[in-house]
Amino acid sequence: MLRSQNWKQFLEETGALSRFTSRLFSQWFRPQYEISEFLRQCFVIGYKSLPLVMLTAFIMGLVLTMQIRPFLVDYGVESQLPAMVGIAIVREIGPVITALIFAGKIGSSIGAELGSMKVTEQIDAMEVSGTNPFKYLVVTRVLAATFTLPLLVMLADAVALYGTYLGVNIRSTTSFGLFWTQVFGSLSFGDVLPAFVKSFFFGFAVGIVGCYKGYHSKKGTEGVGRSANSAVVLSSILIFIIDLIAVQITDVLGLN
Amino acid sequence: MALQEETAGTSRVLQKGAPVLSVQHLCKSFGSHTVLNDFCVELYEGENVVVLGKSGSGKSVLIKCIIGLLKPDSGSITVLGEDIPSLNDEALDTIRMKIGFLFQSNALYDSMTVRQNLEFPLRRHSINLGQEQVDQLVHDALDDVGLAHTMDMMPAELSGGMRKRVALARTLILKPSIILYDEPTTGLDPITSREIIQLIKNVQQKYHAASLIISHDMDCVRMVADRVVMLIEGRNYREGSYGAMISEKDPLIKAFFE
Repeated sequence: MLRSQNWKQFLEETGALSRFTSRLFSQWFRPQYEISEFLRQCFVIGYKSLPLVMLTAFIMGLVLTMQIRPFLVDYGVESQLPAMVGIAIVREIGPVITALIFAGKIGSSIGAELGSMKVTEQIDAMEVSGTNPFKYLVVTRVLAATFTLPLLVMLADAVALYGTYLGVNIRSTTSFGLFWTQVFGSLSFGDVLPAFVKSFFFGFAVGIVGCYKGYHSKKGTEGVGRSANSAVVLSSILIFIIDLIAVQITDVLGLN
Repeated sequence: MALQEETAGTSRVLQKGAPVLSVQHLCKSFGSHTVLNDFCVELYEGENVVVLGKSGSGKSVLIKCIIGLLKPDSGSITVLGEDIPSLNDEALDTIRMKIGFLFQSNALYDSMTVRQNLEFPLRRHSINLGQEQVDQLVHDALDDVGLAHTMDMMPAELSGGMRKRVALARTLILKPSIILYDEPTTGLDPITSREIIQLIKNVQQKYHAASLIISHDMDCVRMVADRVVMLIEGRNYREGSYGAMISEKDPLIKAFFE
């Protein structure tokens, strides 16, 4: 009984999210365009996430290098360390970890902000004030999340590789030039492009889930907390699902 | 006034003596729960009508149907000669410029200053006003509620009563012909409640706007109402002046007025 109810709830939620997404696409290109709000959201979502993303990326690159080194030393291929960590960061770890951090920071913040606006009737007030709240609040946030995450991923990759460079030089000495030559020498177009493209989908998932959860927030302040929490959980799961699909597509296209 | 010129001629010309707001046989259900069942109310120019009913009796649903935030299941809602449920987004936006709505929760935008909160409806309703005119309108509206000094404060820095006043100033900024108040004194202490009620009366005198006030605050009913409409079980239970209501013998009405 409980199981069938869970399934029903899951299917209802999936249907509602699909309708919400189709509504987004139907309003995406329709005037009036909220350019200034979109730019403000790019600043809030992208620029204000920079310190957290950069810090975690740097630590990620450094720690990953230090963890992998002993294994490569055992096999006598320590010289491959920059190339190996570089590929891992650019292809997989950079985009996924950045997207997960983004989901934690931005997904929860969008969910809580819109949830709070919903329960305090601010969204209704916006509609009464001659504004399409869906365009003003949802479309701008989803677009900003979609377009800023790939930029954050690129910056995070660069910072993580600096962390890697530091990690490599803790136990040995590799010149800056040689390090980057090794990293870029091992990377190909097929490594960079799929990672970049899937970042757009990660950003879209974080934006749409955060907005959906916030926009449909219920039950007062308790509902706001629940919206923020479920926005992070659902968008994190979606990031892994999108990653799985992206790997399969990359494989089929022969870019692996 | 520039704003009045901008908003003029946007609705049909009403016949003299015709109601500015007319709700006829309004029905609204949520699933199997019927909230409004054949409800009717009319509001005339310069009149204050209070819709009185228990919590959960559908008062807020009524007011949200009038402003077009909810679609009624059946019945008609005519505001300044326009049938609200049949309007498209653009026409609804135009008619909303003539309706002020004071939300129960104030609905001030947390992320904006008081000034930005008041500027928002001016800018969003596609009214072509210069910055000087906007500043003047914002100042005048805040001055009307005695809070001109709060212009650059955030809503979180204001007390409950001040937030209500700012929300009222935002409602007034477009100089509406009709003002809808959704429980304007809920959550306020008795003294602040009376101040808000007095403010509503002052506003009515200054702007000559017709007001539909949703409330279960008897002080508000006594001080403001020209006419009281009792909303019980989704329909008009009784209608009349405050004086007529207090002399009613019906136990359901006496329960409110005693």
